[in-house]
Amino acid sequence: MTARKELDAELGGTARAWLDEALAEAAHDAAAAPDALRAEVSPCASPPWELRYAAAGRHCGPEHADSVRSLLLVEARAPLSSVTRLYEQGTAAERRAVLLTLHLLDLGDTALPLVEDALRANDTRLVAAAVGPYAADHLDPHAWRHAVLKCLFTEVPVAAVARLADRARGDAELARMLDDFAAERTAAGRPVPEDLRTVLALTAPTAAPAPTEEF
Amino acid sequence: MRIFDPHIHMTSRTTDDYRAMYDAGVRALVEPSFWLGQPRTSPASFFDYFDALLGWEPFRASQYGIAHHCTLALNPKEANDPRCTPVLDALPRYLVKDSVVAVGEIGYDSMTPAEDHALAAQLQLAADHGLPALVHTPHRDKLAGLHRTIDVIRESNLPPEFVLLDHLNETTVKAATDSGCWAGFSIYPDTKMDEDRMVTILQNHGTEKILVNSAADWGKSDPLKTRKVADAMLKAGFTEDDVDQVLWRNPVAFYGQSGRLQLDVLTPDPLHEGNSILRGGE
Repeated sequence: MTARKELDAELGGTARAWLDEALAEAAHDAAAAPDALRAEVSPCASPPWELRYAAAGRHCGPEHADSVRSLLLVEARAPLSSVTRLYEQGTAAERRAVLLTLHLLDLGDTALPLVEDALRANDTRLVAAAVGPYAADHLDPHAWRHAVLKCLFTEVPVAAVARLADRARGDAELARMLDDFAAERTAAGRPVPEDLRTVLALTAPTAAPAPTEEF
Repeated sequence: MRIFDPHIHMTSRTTDDYRAMYDAGVRALVEPSFWLGQPRTSPASFFDYFDALLGWEPFRASQYGIAHHCTLALNPKEANDPRCTPVLDALPRYLVKDSVVAVGEIGYDSMTPAEDHALAAQLQLAADHGLPALVHTPHRDKLAGLHRTIDVIRESNLPPEFVLLDHLNETTVKAATDSGCWAGFSIYPDTKMDEDRMVTILQNHGTEKILVNSAADWGKSDPLKTRKVADAMLKAGFTEDDVDQVLWRNPVAFYGQSGRLQLDVLTPDPLHEGNSILRGGE
């Protein structure tokens, strides 16, 4: 994600003005009503900044769409109703930006259904975005192990899994699942993904810490 | 040879089709929303379909190196079903999406008052969103349907150069081109148009503002008809540049009016854009 300051430096005048207005609308929404009172009036009545969310790439450039959408969510202190609506009514790119930002919002574990939805998807961009810091903090052990396996199945590099080493360390059940998956692949005469061995090594109780993944 | 199929229903096709299309030269396509062959019974069914056209189907296409865009609308046939018409109220939130390059397919099926309403309302939505419109001409009573369609377009706020009249044939091409709209031809194995008749139309009417599509769907159809037209054009003496105009530059020019065409296919690498999430820790 690109920070606001860097974005300002990279965007042209028109795009920067658009972003300023969009963020002001988001901030206004955050200030206008406490989260608890921002219940949806109607499914069609979205605050103005949510309409900006879809158009972010067209105004600020597709390469900045994730960053701009993320900034909007943070600036609006987006409540669960907003992130759910933006996810459920979003394109794959809009959904990904929600997933990438969940850990920066004050949502506790209430947004888990969105992560679970993305982990059921076969769109690898969504799967990769779903295994970020929010999943690391909130997925229960069973769901988290399946998320790791899903990455191996769909060839999402496990580098996308936040705090992988941390959560894998000493996880005997994950090790068993990986061993079984490797055996299944071997029996089928198919190669065992390199990433599987990487994760398997991390499940040792005393596994050396992997390169830090801080966010 | 680069090919842009401006009208094909990929949701009904297999991954083998994507591969064969890529091998034939297809690098971009537009998938219009349409009827599924069986009636939908609620707006929610449309929303799931729209979501697929905005998410899953572009992902599938990208895996085969093809840029996927869509047009969204309430189709003419289901515009007659009161269970489906509330879709019109939800369209504005979909028409703001990046990969939506037109409103469509709209137009007439049986020429009913409900279809009049849906067509006029959706031409206005296109005008409101700065989008072109893909207008299907009816299969039955086509010439009368085309005249009525052109009348409704004239009364709308959408300029004719923002309209593509589709499923045309020898009997409707003149009225369509005289209207100032773009002219689309769907090439099918048995019905509507075939590649040799298409070549004759191009010989008589030129290559300006004419688009050719396969319109392949769940019925008997062929997703490689665009390539077959290109080959037939070359065989009949058209130049490579003529072929490029009809099968690439014309659709790019028409849908490009949306300002939303992205013809570089993003790599399906899941970390292509997600990479940025890792940068902080690397």
